[in-house]
Amino acid sequence: MDEKLYNEIVAEENLVYKKTSLMTDKVLSYCPGCGHGTAHRIIMEVLDEMGLQEAAIGVAPVGCSVLAYEFMNIDMQQAAHGRAPALATGIKRTWPNKIVFTYQGDGDLAAIGTAETIHACNRGENIIIFFINNGIYGMTGGQMAPTTLPGMKSSTSPYGRDVVMMGHPLKITELVAHLPGTYFVTRQAVHTPANVRKTKKAVRMAFENQLNKKPGLSFIEIVSNCNSGWKMTPVQSNQWMVDNMFPYYPLGDIKVDGVLVSH
Amino acid sequence: MGELKLMKGNEAFAEGAIRAGADAYFGYPITPQSEVLEYFMAEKPYERTGMVVLQAESEVAAINMVYGAASTGKRAMTSSSSPGISLKMEGISYMAGAELPGVILNVVRGGPGLGTIQPSQADYFQATKGGGHGDYRLIVLAPSSVQEMFDFVRLAFDLTFKYRNPVMLLSDGVIGQMMEKVLLADPIPRRTDEELIKECPWATTGKPKTRERNIITSLNLDSAVQEKHNIHLQEKYRKIEETEVRFEEFEVEDAEYLYVAYGSSARIAQKAVQLARAKGIKAGLIRLISLFPFPKQRIGELAGRVKGMLAIEMSAGQMVEDVRLAVNGKVPVDHYGRMGGMVPSPEEVVIALEKKYIGG
Repeated sequence: MDEKLYNEIVAEENLVYKKTSLMTDKVLSYCPGCGHGTAHRIIMEVLDEMGLQEAAIGVAPVGCSVLAYEFMNIDMQQAAHGRAPALATGIKRTWPNKIVFTYQGDGDLAAIGTAETIHACNRGENIIIFFINNGIYGMTGGQMAPTTLPGMKSSTSPYGRDVVMMGHPLKITELVAHLPGTYFVTRQAVHTPANVRKTKKAVRMAFENQLNKKPGLSFIEIVSNCNSGWKMTPVQSNQWMVDNMFPYYPLGDIKVDGVLVSH
Repeated sequence: MGELKLMKGNEAFAEGAIRAGADAYFGYPITPQSEVLEYFMAEKPYERTGMVVLQAESEVAAINMVYGAASTGKRAMTSSSSPGISLKMEGISYMAGAELPGVILNVVRGGPGLGTIQPSQADYFQATKGGGHGDYRLIVLAPSSVQEMFDFVRLAFDLTFKYRNPVMLLSDGVIGQMMEKVLLADPIPRRTDEELIKECPWATTGKPKTRERNIITSLNLDSAVQEKHNIHLQEKYRKIEETEVRFEEFEVEDAEYLYVAYGSSARIAQKAVQLARAKGIKAGLIRLISLFPFPKQRIGELAGRVKGMLAIEMSAGQMVEDVRLAVNGKVPVDHYGRMGGMVPSPEEVVIALEKKYIGG
């Protein structure tokens, strides 16, 4: 494109959207089509809009988002596999006025870190847990996760998840919603503009809860796709998610202001 | 000046932490160290100094809470006993990799496995050689009295922040459980957040506009970068070896035979020195205070002056390997120990010396 024309189009007054400065310029390590990038951006946009960059301390997990600290332009810690809620507890207890969150995948949060997840929720730590559920271990190459659906193929359930042999997918979000220590529990998605808006609203509510020291933990599950691990195109994977993941993991609020609203 | 009080070793450690300006303790019950957590909960340091205390859901969670708090520059600590320390090893390795300060107390009991709840020194290898995965070292201090359980918390916090390296106090069931009088030093106040931010510019305390974001991680996907980090860590350990060696000597001047011991074994060996001398045997003792760094230079020097050394440990013989390396064949080095929670008597320790070197 002609440089003059380009500069005219991208002139400040013509800008309707730009990347938040709370996302760094690092190229995302996620596969094209993956929902992680959108989830990152939503969280950082909300922190930016609420003026919380200096207050925020994030905790990255082990999994695809192990490098979240490369992309989120805030102070961050990287946790051992599954231990992010324990780190967040240590941070929030010693810095009660900071805004503390973890960002974790299903294997990290609902398998190896089950104890840390449940007990942080049960203690009512005043933190946020962002839980990206794509039903698979993405980073290690597509192994079966605690949230892999019955019959779903992965590299360690190559003939499909046999629930008699391998156990059932864990609805950990419903589980933590029933603990007295959670204040806000919701399940969202980021595959359409409408869902992005709903998720952003939920993220904002979670940060507001923490900022206003509402009693308990905010837990936001984002059901996402893993086109690489599911061996599909991004478009196919989103459709598969709608057809298969959403019936098992229905979207919507589960607990609001400490009160169960569904399930 | 300080006050004098009769306390258990575990209690002295907890009181030592409060008075050392510690910010947070995260623990989990296990015998023989549960008094640490119990003392904190009864003492309510959050009212005395603002120090946070929390009973975690596991040793794994406790060490990771330490990791979280330490990453923000707080003076954080945990304690456990052998099986629980094994669980903490993951977090300790991550802390070493991420260069985090933190104090860990191990009140050692007999193993392997669930073992026994009685005293032991069988975790020496785990404490001094790494313990978790990867090339790393902890600074390891061995208290041998209730007073040192109190004093060494302050020393440990100084060292852990000086080097940004976790420090372990390697105690045992004798030192943790026994009662002795302790001179309680006057408290030093906890640092304010402003002091902390100034002292720990690396800490994840929230990113102001005036600096780049701080990141605490032990991950380097680029092998060349990871190796550079490993070299940096090794250089730090060498510096610690040059600077932080600590030991104490008893009756070494004219000694012909030298006991080498630490912790409660050193107390027993000290008595054995007196008993041996009463029998006309010129025995002496070097008591190791720092186990890493190991006082290898001093032990090497002493090897040129004595006829033999005897390592006294409540284990099958772990520290003795480091003694042998330091002595490097100059004189015979042997080991006497009890295991499984059995504590040797001073008389036994004298007989062991006689049998090995004098032919008694």
